[in-house]
Parts: sequence; structure tokens; C-alpha cells
Amino acid sequence: MATAAEIEKQAEAREVRNRWLLSAPALIIILLAASGPLLIVLLYSFLTPGPYGDVEWKFSTEGWVSVFLERDIFDDTLSFASAHLTIFWRSLRLAIMATVATLIFGFPTAYFIATRSERTRDIWLFLITIPFWTNLLIRTFAVLQVIRNEGIINTGLIKLGIIDQPIQMLYTDFAIMVGMVYVYLPLMVLPLYASMEKLDFRLVEAGYDLYASRWQVLKRIIFPLVRPGVVAGSILVFIPAIGAYVTPSVLGGGKNMMFANLIELQFGQGRNWPLGAALSITVMAIVMVALLVYVRNTSSSEVRHG
Amino acid sequence: MPDTPGKNAIEVRGVRKVFGTGEAQVAALDTVSVSIRENEFFTLLGPSGCGKTTLLRLIAGFDFPSEGEIMLYGQDIAPLPPFKRPVNTVFQSYALFPHMTVAQNIAFGLEMLGKPRAEIDARVAEMLKLVRMEKLAKRRTSQISGGQQQRVALARALAPQPKVLLLDEPLSALDYKLRKEMQIELKRLQHETGITFIFVTHDQEEALTMSDRIAVMSSGKILQVGTARDIYDRPAVRFVADFIGETNFLDARIDSVDGGKAKVTLKSGATIAATVADGFKPDGEATVVIRPEHAKAVKGTGDISGVVENVVYFGTDTHVHVKLDDGESFTVRQQNTRGAMMEFERGERVGIVIGDDAAQILKD
Repeated sequence: MATAAEIEKQAEAREVRNRWLLSAPALIIILLAASGPLLIVLLYSFLTPGPYGDVEWKFSTEGWVSVFLERDIFDDTLSFASAHLTIFWRSLRLAIMATVATLIFGFPTAYFIATRSERTRDIWLFLITIPFWTNLLIRTFAVLQVIRNEGIINTGLIKLGIIDQPIQMLYTDFAIMVGMVYVYLPLMVLPLYASMEKLDFRLVEAGYDLYASRWQVLKRIIFPLVRPGVVAGSILVFIPAIGAYVTPSVLGGGKNMMFANLIELQFGQGRNWPLGAALSITVMAIVMVALLVYVRNTSSSEVRHG
Repeated sequence: MPDTPGKNAIEVRGVRKVFGTGEAQVAALDTVSVSIRENEFFTLLGPSGCGKTTLLRLIAGFDFPSEGEIMLYGQDIAPLPPFKRPVNTVFQSYALFPHMTVAQNIAFGLEMLGKPRAEIDARVAEMLKLVRMEKLAKRRTSQISGGQQQRVALARALAPQPKVLLLDEPLSALDYKLRKEMQIELKRLQHETGITFIFVTHDQEEALTMSDRIAVMSSGKILQVGTARDIYDRPAVRFVADFIGETNFLDARIDSVDGGKAKVTLKSGATIAATVADGFKPDGEATVVIRPEHAKAVKGTGDISGVVENVVYFGTDTHVHVKLDDGESFTVRQQNTRGAMMEFERGERVGIVIGDDAAQILKD
């Protein structure tokens, strides 16, 4: 006869086993589809580039060196890889700008939806998700149609006589930013809405009652309380933005590259897979560090106000 | 001093509040006028949906009246946003800021008023002491009990020294014992701070025990304003008489009216003296109210008579439910005293003696 304690122990063991079994499919997918390829990328970054792409199985740190330094093709001297830095800086800047811009546009939008009646909220959320139905490439081309020199903005402004020459918007950083803001806005609005929906609006009334102006209520009450949504939305926008590939290649033309385009170049025309792999790992590390810093700074408790 | 007319802190003049539009329009407040005196503990009493909270929200500034004026010491505040009114609210749900500590919550209003840090700190300490929460100043509001949250909400609302403090059913979430404690605490705070309190409740006992004056509300209207005594002893209309305490209603014919007094003849033929509600217009018929404790059941004949239906013993007193000869019900509450206890049996015929000044004639 098993004692009660033994039975309980068995039940506990079964519970643990079940938990592992149930999460097994997800774990296998993560292991095979995410960690595995990542390890391969890491491995490739330490190999030698093959002449027609691919890699030769020979250890080399050349890939990693080329991330930061350039080898002169004539005298073999090393100099700082300023092109990479420019591209990296552009990626980071555009991703941050896109995150801030989606936050600026998304915050009032989410607030608006959260303050509607229960039934109309669903309609608004539905409208927000409509762009997701369309392929990213098609959406990006739609932006292109709007901002190109013969697009509706320029033709409209010329017709109205405000300008006589079309404003060059396409193939600039501005174009990339507009494209990313348009594409990633729902990713900001949805988590913001989720935390605003939970917001107790009586706290807003309490704030007004205690002499806080609208701006102070926003800053001191609403914003701290929806901070989890702001953090989640920013992460959801920042990560795909810094790795954006389609948007910069369509709207930025060939010259305004972002990091993803540079990596693609190494695996394609550049035929330098180890460099591409090393760049991939670099950008991943940078994103991780950036997020750690961001999350740590924003999730800290209510700062002391003086 | 409830009966000495002082300055008016709040004057509500002909305020209407309509929610919705067109067909779905509802008048939450129907042309309400009331004056609330300085340093008064004023209670808005009524069942849920009577418009008491709406009136409070109009004074606080969370809603704006459809018509009428709200004067605060002679200045019309109706168009001002809530953050420009020197009025603070204790919310039913407390609405404490969950991302701040107890002390930060209390300091919030003072910070928003732009007070210097030293003054804020001193005032917060003073408030914490006033509500006896010094030890929990650094706690998060989620880490303290309901009663403590209530105290913090009070301290937060009192800290900026408002001209008027609005309390929206602040005790309804507390259990019975704590509620009793907080009732005393609230009276103490009002006394110590000298701030005008406007208290909203649906609990008649709470209203009677705490208030200097009470306004009884029903369906968006104020039916009667007066001291607890006025409201209880001299209800003007049937709703007030019925809502507060237990009451017997009797139909009567008016024989004569002389000032505030009248002689009425009951259906039983007995003639009794009764007080008349203000604004009563005699037209022969009237309803008379008699509180159960103002009547006495006797063996033999009284002013009216009937048959005992039920006797309920409550310890301190006994309720005798009598079916009157004309078919109406009448309840008598007698205090139990040792020795001279009068026992009644079910089915026994009893007479009911109505005391002098016991009867009150209603306006409606």
C-alpha cells in the first residue's frame, strides 16, 4: 500500500512529466527552427568564404574582423569599416525614430479606442488590423505610390501651386521611416490598447480632482500605468524595425541600406557568408543589449518626483 | 451648529442633468436646488439611481450640468474643469494610485498645486498623523487593507485643504465593524479640519447618525432637507417617511388647521392632534404617519383598535404587528422593561394609543 505522501509525490511527478510533454512541440520547434540555425550562423562566422558563396571548412576570424575593419585590397592594411558603421548607425537611428513615431501616433489612437464603448472598440481594433491582411511588399509599394515624385502628394502639391518641383521623398531615410511607421503601427497600438483597456479611468478622475491638468494626468497617472504596454509595443516595433529588409530596399533604393540589406548583400552578391553571419550575430547582440537597457530603465518603479 | 444659518459653502441652483439624447434621454437630476452651509456635515441620502452621485459629480466637476448654476462661496464653478475647483473627492472605490506609495498618494494634490517640497512633506506628515497611518507611509497602496486604503483616500483628499470635501459612499466597501469605526473617524476628521463635508449614502442609519443636515433624494429630485430629527420626526412626503425608519400610514380627515398644528379624525373615529408638514395645503383628506415607537398598545380601548397579528421580541424592545379594524396594518414598538412587561397574544384585541405630537401629516 502506498502512503498518502507517496501518492502525492507520484501525482507531482506526473504533473511535471505532463508539463514537459505538453510543451515539447513548442520546445522542439524553438530548438530546431531557432536555436539550431542560429548555431549554424555562429559556426559559419568563423569559417572561410568560398569563391562562389557558401563556406570552406577552414577556421578563420576574417569574417569577424571585417565587421569592424576593412582590409585594403592593395596593401593589406586594416582601416576602420566606416561604411558598416554608417549603415549600422542609420539602422539604429531609423529604428529608434520609427519606434518613437509609432508611439506618438499609436498612443492617442490606443487611448481613443480604449475610451470607446465596448462594442465600438472591436470595430476600431478590426480596422487597425486590416493592413495585416495585405502582404508587406504590397503595403510597401502602396507607400511608394504615395510618396514618389509622381505620387499623389507631389502631384497634389504641384496642382495646388504650393511647389513647382516635386519634393524628393522616395529613396531617402524619410521614406524608409514613413514606410516602417505605416507597417509597424499596429504592433504598437495593440499592446498599448491592451494595457489601456485595463486602466481604471476613475484614477484619471482622481487625478483631475487633485488639481492635475490634462498633461499632468497623462504624465503622472496614465503613462506610468500603461508603461507595460509602452515597453511591449516599443520592443515589438524596434526589433523588426532594426532588422527591416523589404522597406529599406523598396523605399530606400539601393543606396540607403539598412543592416538587413547589408547582410543580404554578403550572402548574395558579396559572396562573403562568414561576414554576413558575423554581421547577423552582431546585430542580434546589439538588439539584445539595447532591449536590456531599455527594459531596465523603463520598468523601474515610480521615479521620485521633486 | 446645525440650526444656526451660516455662510453657504455650496449653492446648487436649478440644476438639471440629462444623460443621452433624443428618445433615450434620462434626467438624472430634475431641477435641483439646495444650499450647503459652511462647516456642515451634509448628507445626500437616497436609493441607488436617485441622482445623489450625479449631484456629487457635478459639484466635483466630472460632469457638467445641462442647466443651472453651482456656486462655491458665491462663485459659479459649474463651467470649471475639476482641477480648477478647490473641492476634493473621496471615491467609492478609493481610486488610489497603484503606482505610488501611501505618502506619494497623499502628496499628489499638493504637488499638482505647485507647493514647495518642504511644505508638502510637512503636510503629508500631518495628514498621515491625522488618519493614523504614519507607519505605513512607504507602503504601496496594494499592500494595505481596505480600511487603511479608506484612510489614505481621506488623507489624500484632505491634504490640499479643499473648501468642500465630497464623499461618494466611502464606507460601503467596508465590513460592519470597520464601517462603524470609520463613521466616528469621519465625524472626528470633519470636526478637526472644519471642512464642509458632502456625504453621499444610501444607508439611512449612516445618514441619521453622522449628518448635521440631510437631503433625501428620489428620482432626481430632492424631497426634503433637514436635520436628522426633522427628517425622522417630521417627514414631509410619503417617500421620506417610508425610506427612513419604519412608519405607519393612516388615512385621515382634517378637521382644523392652526399654524403647524392640526386636528384630524382617523377612520376609527378617534380625533388626534398632528403636526403639519411645511407647504401643506389642506384639502380635507390627508395621510398621517406615526412612528412605531410613538404609539402604544394597550389592553382595552385606544385611539384605534385591531387584532394582534404577530409579536416579535427583539431584546431591547418588542414589535407588535396589529391588523386594524379597517384592514390596514399597524406596527407598535414598545420598550421592554423588567416587571411591567405587557404580554400580547396572537389574535388578541388591542387598543392603540397614539401619543401627543406623534402624528405627522404628509404633504402628499
